[in-house]
Amino acid sequence: MFQVRFHGRGGQGVVTAAEMLSVAAFTEGRYAQAFPSFGSERMGAPVVSYCRIDDHPIRTREPVMAPDALIIQDVTLIHQVDLFAGLSSNGYVLVNTLQRFDELGFGEFFSQFHRDRLLTCPATEFAIEQLGRPLPNAALLGGFAALTGEITLDAIDSAIRGRFSGAVGERNVAAATAAFRFASLAKEELTRA
Amino acid sequence: MLRQIEGSRAVAETVARCRPEVVCAYPISPQTHIIEAIGAMVKSGQLSPCEFINVESEFAAMSVSIGASATGARAYTATASQGLLFMIEAVYNAAGLGLPIVMTLANRAIGAPINIWNDHSDAMAVRDSGWIQLFAETNQEAVDLHIQAFQLAEELSLPVMVCMDGFILTHAVEGIDVPDQSDVDAFLPPYEPRQVLDPSDPISIGAMVGPEAFEEVRYLSHLRQLDALERIPVLAGEFTESFGRESGGLLHCYRTEDAETIVVALGSVLGTIKDAADARRAMGERVGVVGITSFRPFPHDAVRSALSRARRVVVVEKAFSVGFGGVLSTDIAMATHDDDLTIHTVVAGLGGRAITQHSLEGMLVDATNGRLERLTFLDLDHGIIERERDRMTATRRSGPSAENILRDLGTVASRIG
Repeated sequence: MFQVRFHGRGGQGVVTAAEMLSVAAFTEGRYAQAFPSFGSERMGAPVVSYCRIDDHPIRTREPVMAPDALIIQDVTLIHQVDLFAGLSSNGYVLVNTLQRFDELGFGEFFSQFHRDRLLTCPATEFAIEQLGRPLPNAALLGGFAALTGEITLDAIDSAIRGRFSGAVGERNVAAATAAFRFASLAKEELTRA
Repeated sequence: MLRQIEGSRAVAETVARCRPEVVCAYPISPQTHIIEAIGAMVKSGQLSPCEFINVESEFAAMSVSIGASATGARAYTATASQGLLFMIEAVYNAAGLGLPIVMTLANRAIGAPINIWNDHSDAMAVRDSGWIQLFAETNQEAVDLHIQAFQLAEELSLPVMVCMDGFILTHAVEGIDVPDQSDVDAFLPPYEPRQVLDPSDPISIGAMVGPEAFEEVRYLSHLRQLDALERIPVLAGEFTESFGRESGGLLHCYRTEDAETIVVALGSVLGTIKDAADARRAMGERVGVVGITSFRPFPHDAVRSALSRARRVVVVEKAFSVGFGGVLSTDIAMATHDDDLTIHTVVAGLGGRAITQHSLEGMLVDATNGRLERLTFLDLDHGIIERERDRMTATRRSGPSAENILRDLGTVASRIG
């Protein structure tokens, strides 16, 4: 089972992101379960959502306590939320920011992690470029596909189109593709380093 | 067709395929997505003929459902938590009048303190109302139970409540098969009311009944619930024949044949409990699971038979009777009436607290080693309780406990240092 936890703020499409990832996994013939952390939904408030992907039916209903990957849509949450709870040193982290991962002030926290599993991606910028709005969720799924290899970009694109029809869907696909390319290059650099 | 969709969406589409003629509901989390989706289907004409009636409260929602059902219309509504309490007088009336309304209860805690998250306090609050109460373990079962619920309700002239865990199921997106319209039509016959308000053939419904016959009317309701005990497994069997999967019935047994310890529960937590049971089995402990689907009527015989070979029973409950203990546990004890069987009540998941496999396994280890008390509260933070008790002892004007405890907890930030 591969477990993903999404952190973001109300209005950033955190719940939709987990849902789209689950749909993408479903289209690839896998079992998937997505659900939000059930907060009182308010714009700007911290929101958590989860997605599990497995080759077997998923029975558990507990929240994702030990994620294999974290997608952090808003890095300012670091001051409010225990973002890295339960993350093992084999885990993946994708942070939405213009900064580099090493510039985020995490100190020695990630020293035991695989460096090529820790990435940042300017998903908000890709979204503004394509959609004119700061909605980083679809772009981050493209970045996630590149970072983890757990899902294909094609499946992500199909899930995005299933959720957003017409031009909005295509622009989100374009944002996801841009983030996929960005993350692929970044990962390649880290692997070579 | 199997699709990756939200539980609420799947239930809404399924209810629509059951062709309700009147839907009247008032929105409340976590039921809202169901009702919004049905409302949209009525507005677009996708669900037709059907009247979606907007009202000002849950009390009105159940009252309109009663009126609609009494005219012979297939009536559906949905609510949760405080909404259910607000309509409770009409909830009792629907059952007392024998009107086959189907209602989804998206289970949620009851305040105060106000809490929008899942537990079973709401369902337990209307346990004795005369409604049939069916609990869904998964979203697939929630879908399937709605189809069976209309059939059961209309056959017996009794209202049926399909309980599905708020958020945990209603807001979960997973692979769910919403049956085709033609298959639902073939399974669910048109509603043939036993009593109907018709201007061309006037009758009255809702007579005042005094001491001369009230007990008999009530007893008749009880008999009809006992009839439901017979019909529920039959309907589940017919459902399996028609749809090719098992859903519903009185209860589900999982690895109980040789089990020394059997965990009993209602609803979606059964999935996590099964994972915990498998993990304990891998460690050599003989653990089984019984999920109660039909909570009212309560299947005494089926429960007794399912638990007959167990040494201990652990009832995991998302509600409890304050000042007493377990609710479901009491029913289990009544059904088994076996003095050699130890029954433990484990209250868990109140107000949306996550029930984790880790905690369940720890509890099962305690049970196996004889360290589990008769009544325990899973993952209870005793420190929080003690500190608030201390504040209450220290000063008379200690203030509201909920606020004190939240202040005590503070905010949780990332631990990176």
